[in-house]
Amino acid sequence: MAAAARFFIRGAPLKLPVSGVGTGAQSSFEATLLKLSPNSNSRTTTQRRHAAHFTFQPDAVPTQYGPTQKMNLFQSVTSALDNTLASDPTAVIFGEDVAFGGVFRCTVGLRDKYGKDRVFNTPLCEQGIVGFGIGAAVAGATAIAEIQFADYIYPAFDQIVNEAAKYRYRSGNLFDCGNLTIRAPWGCVGHGSLYHSQSPEAFFAHCPGIKVVIPRSPVQAKGLLLACIADQNPCIFFEPKILYRAAVEQVPVEPYTIPLSQAEILQEGSDVTLVAWGTQIHVMREVANMAQEKLGVSCELIDLQTILPWDTETVCKSVVKTGRLLISHEAPITGGFAAEISSTVQEECFLNLEAPIKDDQLLNPCQGPTSGSPGLHHLSFSSSFIQSVERGQEKTLC
Amino acid sequence: MKNMLTIISNALCRITGRNVGAQTVSELLIDLSEYVNVTSPVSAPALAQAQAQRQPPKPPPVSTRAPAAQLVSAQTDQLDTPGTRVVVSRSFADFTSQATFDIKKCDVHRLEEGPPLKAELTRDQGLQYYRVMQTVRRMELKADQLYKQKIIRGFCHLYDGQEACAVGIEAAINPSDHLITAYRAHGYTYTRGIAIKEILAELTGRRGGVAKGKGGSMHMYAPHFYGGNGIVGAQIPLGAGIALACQYQGNNQVCVALYGDGAANQGQLFESFNMAALWKLPCIFTCENNQYGMGTSVERASASTDYYKRGDFIPGIRVDGMDVLCVREAFKFAAEHCRSGKGPIVIELKTYRYHGHSMSDPGVSYRTREEIQEVRSKSDPITMLKERMLSNNMASVEEFKEIDIAIRKEVEEAAQYATSDPEPPLEELCNHIFSNDSPLDVRGTNPWARLKSVS
Repeated sequence: MAAAARFFIRGAPLKLPVSGVGTGAQSSFEATLLKLSPNSNSRTTTQRRHAAHFTFQPDAVPTQYGPTQKMNLFQSVTSALDNTLASDPTAVIFGEDVAFGGVFRCTVGLRDKYGKDRVFNTPLCEQGIVGFGIGAAVAGATAIAEIQFADYIYPAFDQIVNEAAKYRYRSGNLFDCGNLTIRAPWGCVGHGSLYHSQSPEAFFAHCPGIKVVIPRSPVQAKGLLLACIADQNPCIFFEPKILYRAAVEQVPVEPYTIPLSQAEILQEGSDVTLVAWGTQIHVMREVANMAQEKLGVSCELIDLQTILPWDTETVCKSVVKTGRLLISHEAPITGGFAAEISSTVQEECFLNLEAPIKDDQLLNPCQGPTSGSPGLHHLSFSSSFIQSVERGQEKTLC
Repeated sequence: MKNMLTIISNALCRITGRNVGAQTVSELLIDLSEYVNVTSPVSAPALAQAQAQRQPPKPPPVSTRAPAAQLVSAQTDQLDTPGTRVVVSRSFADFTSQATFDIKKCDVHRLEEGPPLKAELTRDQGLQYYRVMQTVRRMELKADQLYKQKIIRGFCHLYDGQEACAVGIEAAINPSDHLITAYRAHGYTYTRGIAIKEILAELTGRRGGVAKGKGGSMHMYAPHFYGGNGIVGAQIPLGAGIALACQYQGNNQVCVALYGDGAANQGQLFESFNMAALWKLPCIFTCENNQYGMGTSVERASASTDYYKRGDFIPGIRVDGMDVLCVREAFKFAAEHCRSGKGPIVIELKTYRYHGHSMSDPGVSYRTREEIQEVRSKSDPITMLKERMLSNNMASVEEFKEIDIAIRKEVEEAAQYATSDPEPPLEELCNHIFSNDSPLDVRGTNPWARLKSVS
């Protein structure tokens, strides 16, 4: 921390627009950062509550897929499902409460349009839903199963890991359930507490045979979901629930796919590589801007998109260029997917690294469950990630 | 003598405004004593005290400021007009101390006979059940209010309409017995002994909450009450395990494991049924069938809506869950069944919730308002008990009103506490992840922040 302070004194004192923790009249960057650190003595005793810890930043309107329409995330999912049901007569959608439209309105209107034997409710049984989906997929139907919250996916864990992922391998390619896609709302939402906020991608990343995909925006969501459905492997598609309404973009009406296992470089930079996925991309965008403004640091921002199998090439190439890597995600740090990325990158790019790779985490600050108290959420904001960025810079100075 | 009695009692009627005439000397004396209470402020406290010593309920407050002229009112005057109010304390001897009620016959599965068809209720018990049910009702309505004011956030599943289940169960089992339920847990938290203010403070996420503000609505616990569980159906194998512990320790206790009609389709339930039946665990599996699993009606979710038969090889009883006496008798029967070593039993409580599934569910998109209204008017558990007691002369309207007022006040105070209590301090963020002797170092969102977990 002292080293960090040393660094700041060098720079001119600036007003940092801290998006989040109420800091009142804070005039110096340094003081702000010290206040944010939980270990600091001048810690504020009250925690402030916030509507969201980020601002959604839409991408440019895609022109190569035809006419577009303003949609938010759940509408883009509905659009993708609509396209699928229209083009593929074997496609079926099922899950808890999907018939009336779903608890997040992702399947609104589909039952009326395509009939009740193609869009139907299941009882409350996740293991049953996925098992049933695997069976339907093996028999040739395009099965799109919905798990109501990613937190509830664990009863189905055995089916996914032991049945779905290994079907092709164990039957010597005689059978497969590639037609299966599992969709689940994912990630923190502010008031979800322990069982409506989890990000379980790391559990599934440990399982060869399935694909895990997480979009950051409506345009990405529709393209990636259609890619998952088309893909001949069982896929799990996690949809950041906090973005369902908050993320609005111009989304192409026609079907289109975005390739899986290809990370996207959102912003080119030369000093540090930032890797994230889902909601965290928007936080990282703010971090990149802040770093540029306040520290003069040029960040390269990469959206991983597909967690498994992940695009090692893009990330490693980027790290070779910049020499520093910061990975940020919502799930607990220990055993989180950032650990896998760190491990691979240090192996591939060891001699190019200028500083240790930093794993950052948003919401589970103690590797523990998200607490029920709303005030204890959102302790970390862009400004705290800035510390990671500048610390990474600073390492080379010492 | 009889003439004298009639004359005096008639005079008393005119004076006090009551319509009943004294038929016996004792009644006359009682009436006289009440009249004295009303008109002599000096002796009133002493008399009130004496009366209080005689009977459990306190005499309602007597208005001694009403001028005598107003007391001599026509018999048609309304007794509750302000100023002329003469609230008469009816003595203990007036009320029936115990009554027997007919209760609905329960459908049974694999049982020779079910719970008894008659239930005895003493006055004290009745008032106690009323008090607890009304407290749960008011507490849930207060939670609704606080949620709409955004003082409570997150998820909040309210229990109003189902009070008879919690109260009936508690009346039938001992405090040393065990109970576990799903997320609609506020009522059970109260009946298992946690104060209202701790429940509300947990809902608002403050440090005075029963789980120190870190659990929220779905995670409330008490001695012998294992929560409060968010994942549907996950609490049933736990309940079977608790029953195993009871059996192993030979302490003659039972475990009541509750779940809903939605959870009745979870695989882990059937696994638990099998284990419990195989090893004859003292577990009362209880399905609180409130007709809707979130937004799905039971017919659309379950191939068989006879939830009491779902245990298949386990005996089952279907009970009217809106009648607290029915629930109590059924659970007494079930507890006896388990304690005598006959193994588990399944109880289905047919009940109803007035609110939606949670506060984010208006509750009217999958059922009609008329249906909710009908249940409220015909089968409300609190109204049913009250009417039973009133029609059998076990209590007075004023007494119930008094209880209501006291409860309202208590809940209001608890809400005040819940709103003003501070949030848990930042130091407690990471506590109790593991059990460890010395504080555990925990990584934080800030890579250089070292948080501590004390346990």
